[in-house]
Amino acid sequence: MRLLRLNRFGYVLALALSLAAGNARAALTIEITGGAALQIPVAIAPFTGEQAYPDKVSQVIAADLARSGLFKIINTAGMPIPSTPAQVRVNDWKAKGAVALAIGTVLAQPGGRLDVQFRLLDTVHQDATQVIQLAGYSLPTNTAQLRFTAHQIADIIFEKLTGDPGAFATRIAYITKHGAAYELQVADSDGYNAQTIFHSREPIISPAWSPDGTKLAYVAFDQQRPIVYVQTLATGRRQAIAKFKGNNSAPAWSPDSRQLALVLTRDGLSQIYVINADGSGLKRLTHDASIDTEPNWSPDGKYLLFTSDRGGSPQIYRMPAYGGEAVRLTFEGSYNVTPRYSPDGKSFAFIQREGGKFRVAVQDLASGQVQALTDSGLDESPTWAPNGKMILYATNILGRGVLAAVSSDGRVKQKLSTQSGDVREPAWGPLLKPKL
Amino acid sequence: MKRFTLYLLLTGLLAACASESPKTQPGAQVEDRTQASKTAQQPVDTRPLTPPQQAVNPLNDPNNILSKRSVFYDFDSYDIKPEYKALIEAHGNYLASHPAAKVSLQGNTDERGSREYNLALGQKRADSVRKMLSLSGVKAQQMETVSFGEEKPRATCHDESCWSQNRRTDIVYQSE
Repeated sequence: MRLLRLNRFGYVLALALSLAAGNARAALTIEITGGAALQIPVAIAPFTGEQAYPDKVSQVIAADLARSGLFKIINTAGMPIPSTPAQVRVNDWKAKGAVALAIGTVLAQPGGRLDVQFRLLDTVHQDATQVIQLAGYSLPTNTAQLRFTAHQIADIIFEKLTGDPGAFATRIAYITKHGAAYELQVADSDGYNAQTIFHSREPIISPAWSPDGTKLAYVAFDQQRPIVYVQTLATGRRQAIAKFKGNNSAPAWSPDSRQLALVLTRDGLSQIYVINADGSGLKRLTHDASIDTEPNWSPDGKYLLFTSDRGGSPQIYRMPAYGGEAVRLTFEGSYNVTPRYSPDGKSFAFIQREGGKFRVAVQDLASGQVQALTDSGLDESPTWAPNGKMILYATNILGRGVLAAVSSDGRVKQKLSTQSGDVREPAWGPLLKPKL
Repeated sequence: MKRFTLYLLLTGLLAACASESPKTQPGAQVEDRTQASKTAQQPVDTRPLTPPQQAVNPLNDPNNILSKRSVFYDFDSYDIKPEYKALIEAHGNYLASHPAAKVSLQGNTDERGSREYNLALGQKRADSVRKMLSLSGVKAQQMETVSFGEEKPRATCHDESCWSQNRRTDIVYQSE
């Protein structure tokens, strides 16, 4: 098992893997380059007992919240550290400026298991007798999954304090290139626990998560032409699901993870097809004398967005998911590509060429209004966080390929880079729901 | 055959020159000269030492347009510019008169914009060359097209001096 799972059956393998991975775990370094105008001040007290473990739960939570750009982390140094609500002196925390305080305990259980108990407390309001608790959970885990548990707690805090779900307990896939060595890697959303799941001396592009988070589809050139593979993360088994004559590319999962839309040249030009996830049942969806590519399924499964040059320049179109008449959606500029539905299906991110620069923009589907989110120059491959709050994309800084993220309102910006080489083709995985 | 004879004569002349040069160096070079001077003594009746296809291959002759193999494009375009038509026609005529020869037409793009759109654009570039070749009488089974999109740039800088080199279709002969 390569990726963490929330049930206990995955524990042994996940532990073995973390031992093999050693300490070199933050392959991607994330740097915040802009923050929200109003940040929520929150205090994360050190969790009782966390010092016994390599991953300090409170530090992981604080780093997640800070990285989002939406929170200001209140320094807890010199404060008495409560582990139960009864020990909390609300006015002290209020005086430090915090609107909420997280406290917790990491408890060792028999058989190497751990319980992380945590509470989120209101430090502004209180009733006469007790502190108001905003959230409280006991999360079963183990040493190897402690970091992941911390991400889940960060998600709970994020949701309680912003009203929107968090996306910290998620993974991202991306491609690294060092010289002629390409690697498809999967890492936690904070850049930790990076693992290579496929490597090649030939290019790899277009990784796509199955919505259930168990598989990655991608395009590899290891047979001297693009072929679409589906790889199961838990087993590492991979299958060529589209290996037709010509190019096979641009895989996009249907919301139920049963089908993929993809692009083939087997009948001539690049056209859009659908195929079952096991490679059976190929059907052609577009029939025209132009490029149709980059299909992307609407969250409700009813539509596909795609890029086509049928109007003389690449523009974004929408058609029913099982074929039919396409409607053009973009009209500004001569180059609009890579449409990606927002998780709520109300807008889409894409790459627009404006003044010779390629940048990330979002278009509202109802109004048609376009908002440019970046101004960097060589942006490509936008991918939404599953909560719809951030867009991760590939860009180029001083000749190196790096990943960057921007909040959907354009205010918060992050840069994600490796120590050397290029990073590109990000794909943000689905939210892995905690079993509480 | 004219080129063939010329080549023999040239070989003879070179060998003659070599045999007249002072014998200062022992070893392998001496043996070479012996072999060469035999050729020189019987210039008309002997067979060449090198196979004819290595002698003057029009595909590799720098003076022949066939030695040029790349067609370049404008950004987001697969239109073949007028200056490349003669080149494609020359390859078309060669392939039409050499039905055993086969080519791979490899479409490429610069790094800007979408990788997937560029993969499709590279394919369209390769297809545009294939269509022109077929007009010269090249058979479908002599040509295959492939796109590398922006994945295999010839030049790796991030400005137009490199981008212009990467927007191209390469005509690659099989066995090359």
